[in-house]
Amino acid sequence: MIDLIILVTLLAVGYGFGTYAEKRHYKSIITRENELRGIPVITSRFPPVNKSLTDAALVSGSVVISVDYFKRFLAALRNLVGGRVTSYESLVDRARREAILRMKAEAKGINANIIFNVKLETSSIHKGRKNGIGSVEVLAYGTALTKRN
Amino acid sequence: MIITNIEILPDKRIVEHLGLVQGSSVRAKHVGRDIMAGLKNIFGGELKGYTELLQESRTEAMDRMIEQAEAVGANAILNVRFSTSSVAAGAAELFAYGTAVILE
Repeated sequence: MIDLIILVTLLAVGYGFGTYAEKRHYKSIITRENELRGIPVITSRFPPVNKSLTDAALVSGSVVISVDYFKRFLAALRNLVGGRVTSYESLVDRARREAILRMKAEAKGINANIIFNVKLETSSIHKGRKNGIGSVEVLAYGTALTKRN
Repeated sequence: MIITNIEILPDKRIVEHLGLVQGSSVRAKHVGRDIMAGLKNIFGGELKGYTELLQESRTEAMDRMIEQAEAVGANAILNVRFSTSSVAAGAAELFAYGTAVILE
């Protein structure tokens, strides 16, 4: 009985805080994406033949985001029947966008105009651990080019 | 030292290729951080301690790569890539590698 109460409490706490945190995070992501729209992020490997863009520097951004208890529970249920695990999709989406935003913020800090050859790397601190923490770790990096005066 | 992950730089010519340079770092956080991360796992949200860990290991891997490039006399590293793996539970390996070159 106590186990059940604990489980329900954890689920409720996870649902409450998790949903709130996700909403707030998405709001902040969208605001910052609008602010940083001026710096295009391009995955092309080669810079344009444009002599004015010359100063290059590596910029990167990283983030580690964990999923809440409620979503992990949903994902475990989903595992039984198969199909899209929507609860993890939003987690991965948030992490990637956040990492790219941090990279763009760094580029803005050095007054860069454009970011080329952006790569996304997903790492795992917790892989292989028994009570694995459901978290995703994203590193975004690229080359920021600046107009030389 | 110019570090980029594109293969050619506009306006600059490669004088000499010096080969691959690399740097890696394996780091772990203390148990307190792991416990905090476990708690945070109930509420969801960013794990600041682990973000820091990732950043520190990235900086260190880059520093080691730059050290190696300086040792062979390069003035730029092109085509830099990052790669990650997990060696043990709670530890993150970050590996950076690129081509050391001399630019004119």
